[in-house]
Amino acid sequence: MDIGLFTIIIFDGLNYAATLFLISIGLTLVYGVLRILNISHGGIYGLGAYMATWLTILLLNKGLPPYLSYFMLLVGAVIIGLITGPSIERLCLRRIYGSDIHIQLLMTFSILLILEDAMKLIWGVEPWFMSEPYILLGQFSVGQIVYPRYTFLLIGVSASFGVFLVWLVRGTRFGKLVVSVIQDREVSVAMGINVGLIYTVAFTMGALSAALGGAFIAPTISVAPGFAAEVVVMSFAVIAIGGLGNLEGAVLGSLIVGLARALAIHTFPELELAVIYLIMLLVLAFLPQGLFGAVEERRI
Amino acid sequence: MVETHPILQTEDLTKHFGMIKAAETISVGVNQGELVGIVGANGSGKTTFLNLITGYLKPKRGRILLMGRDTTGLPPRAIIRLGVARSFQVPQLYTHMSVLEGVLLSLAAESGSGGSFWQPLFKESRRAEALETLKRFGLSGYTHRPVSELPEGGRKLLDIALSFALKPKLLLMDEPTSGVSIEDKFEVMDTLVKVLQESNVTTIFVEHDMEVVQRYGRRVLVFDEGRVIADGEPDHVLADPEVRKIVLGRV
Amino acid sequence: MRPNLRVLSILSALLILVPLVVPSWVVFILTKALFTFIAVLGVALFLRGGQVTFGHALFFATGTYTVGFSVKWFGFRETLLLVPMGALTGLIMAAFVGLIMARYRGVFFAMLNLAFSMILYAILLKLYWVTGGTDGISVGTATFLGFPLPAGTYPFYYFTLVIAGLITYVVYRFLASPLGYFFRAIADNEIRIEYSGESVRRVIYLTYILAGGLGGVSGVLGAFSVGHVVPEDAYWVQSAHFVFIALLGGFEGILGSLMGAVAFEFIQTYSSKYFPYAWQLTLGGIMLFIILFRPGGLWAIYESLASRFSSKTEGSTHG
Repeated sequence: MDIGLFTIIIFDGLNYAATLFLISIGLTLVYGVLRILNISHGGIYGLGAYMATWLTILLLNKGLPPYLSYFMLLVGAVIIGLITGPSIERLCLRRIYGSDIHIQLLMTFSILLILEDAMKLIWGVEPWFMSEPYILLGQFSVGQIVYPRYTFLLIGVSASFGVFLVWLVRGTRFGKLVVSVIQDREVSVAMGINVGLIYTVAFTMGALSAALGGAFIAPTISVAPGFAAEVVVMSFAVIAIGGLGNLEGAVLGSLIVGLARALAIHTFPELELAVIYLIMLLVLAFLPQGLFGAVEERRI
Repeated sequence: MVETHPILQTEDLTKHFGMIKAAETISVGVNQGELVGIVGANGSGKTTFLNLITGYLKPKRGRILLMGRDTTGLPPRAIIRLGVARSFQVPQLYTHMSVLEGVLLSLAAESGSGGSFWQPLFKESRRAEALETLKRFGLSGYTHRPVSELPEGGRKLLDIALSFALKPKLLLMDEPTSGVSIEDKFEVMDTLVKVLQESNVTTIFVEHDMEVVQRYGRRVLVFDEGRVIADGEPDHVLADPEVRKIVLGRV
Repeated sequence: MRPNLRVLSILSALLILVPLVVPSWVVFILTKALFTFIAVLGVALFLRGGQVTFGHALFFATGTYTVGFSVKWFGFRETLLLVPMGALTGLIMAAFVGLIMARYRGVFFAMLNLAFSMILYAILLKLYWVTGGTDGISVGTATFLGFPLPAGTYPFYYFTLVIAGLITYVVYRFLASPLGYFFRAIADNEIRIEYSGESVRRVIYLTYILAGGLGGVSGVLGAFSVGHVVPEDAYWVQSAHFVFIALLGGFEGILGSLMGAVAFEFIQTYSSKYFPYAWQLTLGGIMLFIILFRPGGLWAIYESLASRFSSKTEGSTHG
């Protein structure tokens, strides 16, 4: 393999991993704290993309400087995160904590259905294009390869958010409370910790991460109905590989999946989709709890 | 002299959990037809012993022989198939089924039809046998009720009935009277022992209550920190003040 | 598990007679509901044991592409043979996949299932020179003993109804058998099962094979019903729909799945006709309502209505 191909694969891989990471870290956080696998996560991702796109177009139409568009992407994501997070958690999820898994999956899937149609109703079914933020940064060349600079922004946003979350969970008092709730909910309640608030914040963080993922990927694609569906199942694969509920696992899982997909696209394109699920199968067959997941103990 | 083959024989059975010696070089033999009680303080290794024999835990060292066969390392379902059954400290019941359905399942498993998908569970012969079993254990009043409606003593009895329905040669009971009120304890044990003796099942039962062991056991093993420190007739062994001190627990 | 004979006979009568008096597009919807019901039964079986098969589309697609390849390579459209073949390919697929699946529970079971179905989807999509890729394979009209069985017509509907009836009987026998009960018991107490000498893994494996067969049969019928097989037959959304219907109808009884399938098809058809951008929202809303207020699904709603009705009539005779 020549160095050019290798470099492209690395770039593509990191690009893809960055998006996956933004989406997956929220999903795994929600699972870790609330013990819920949130299928509607993909819907929030979609909403983030639409909102960010729409706001940026508004901004550009008003004649404001294009460099503000990056800020608008962020704003769009934050708005979606702050709206969907608390409302979904308080209105819906709160009532099913502790329920069987099929109830959870069903509820979050129903919310996804509702969100998908909401997007159609609000923004219509025609695709939206808003690639200014992407084009604005231009490209750079490494030898014969030309690559968009936007990738670095994506990686940067992704890494920053990751660092932020890790700091939040491991470095703050709030984070310690979260860890305590993850480890033993009942004891936490007994200790007087406001578990409800922690759940809401955790879920909102998760929603924020999905919205950010959607917002920052929007300039690189056409935002149209149904684009979020694939992301749902791919993010599952990533967190299953990394270990459900594990933040570091989400990083590793995203990297593995991102690089594997890039490798497949440039060498055996037929395998592109399958490779993710094959990796998931392989990992789970030997480590059912994922790479960094906790092994569940039996009790008699 | 006729040598009786022990139905259960352990040799040097050892299991550690980190620093905790849950079982330490246990070597005992139990013969067919015996009724053996096991006593000991909390954490002395009684339940671990049952877990080891039934294959739920694998020993660090030592052998287990059941009916002459080396069963060390076999999983529980293989050991059950050899004719061993066990009841639990916390009754392991099919919470969403009826009492009758639970017994039917045990009978189906025992007769080898557990994997049958065409024959009905409620086959007439099996149903009759299940009703008979419930009668012997005094549970007829709850036949069609969901398991969740059983009172504590009933849950224990059902747990034992489910194991008994497997027609074992060796039955292990983990604290059959724990959680049962003092008035009912002897009644429960009377029922149990009568049923077991009628069927000539070798029985080992773990008990906290020394009075129960004294009354019903013909032999008692005293556990302490994973070791068997006394083995003999209850009247004799349990009269020993040292034993009493150990079993009642030290501070 | 006693069969609710009254409901069964009413439903059967409706299913036999109603198509004779309604327009043909209703017959088409009912046909779709019937083959969907067969697949949903497989999902419902697992839900009773507390497990979610989030990848059932794997077997459905196995069935549809069995027809697809049969038509593409051999021009063979005989349903009398293809239905059992679909069952067989579904069973075989499940026999392979089940070897791994039987070791898992809960979330991991659901996700691994999903992974397998997505792998099939990826293969069907990418190996376009074999599978036709995104265009899929057009399968034309089915035949029965040589006679054409066009989709959406009475003969095809009644054929599907007969198959559905046979399947119902098979599943009923399963649910009444020791294996059926043991599978249910997995949700309750795996330890007790193992301590009865039964292998939980084997129980799951065998049930999985049955579910696979059901999915395969459903796929064969579905392929001819729609006339076309596509990689989306294996997509996770298809699996999600099966789970959705199973929960909508209630998975306690067989008939719940039938109710769910019929309800789903009608809602989907009507809503997408009148509110094309809101039918998913409608479904989602209905489902949220059911989860929050009536988790037993349509079947539970029916049961509570039925018991209230019968106690009312009893009251009036005493009054």
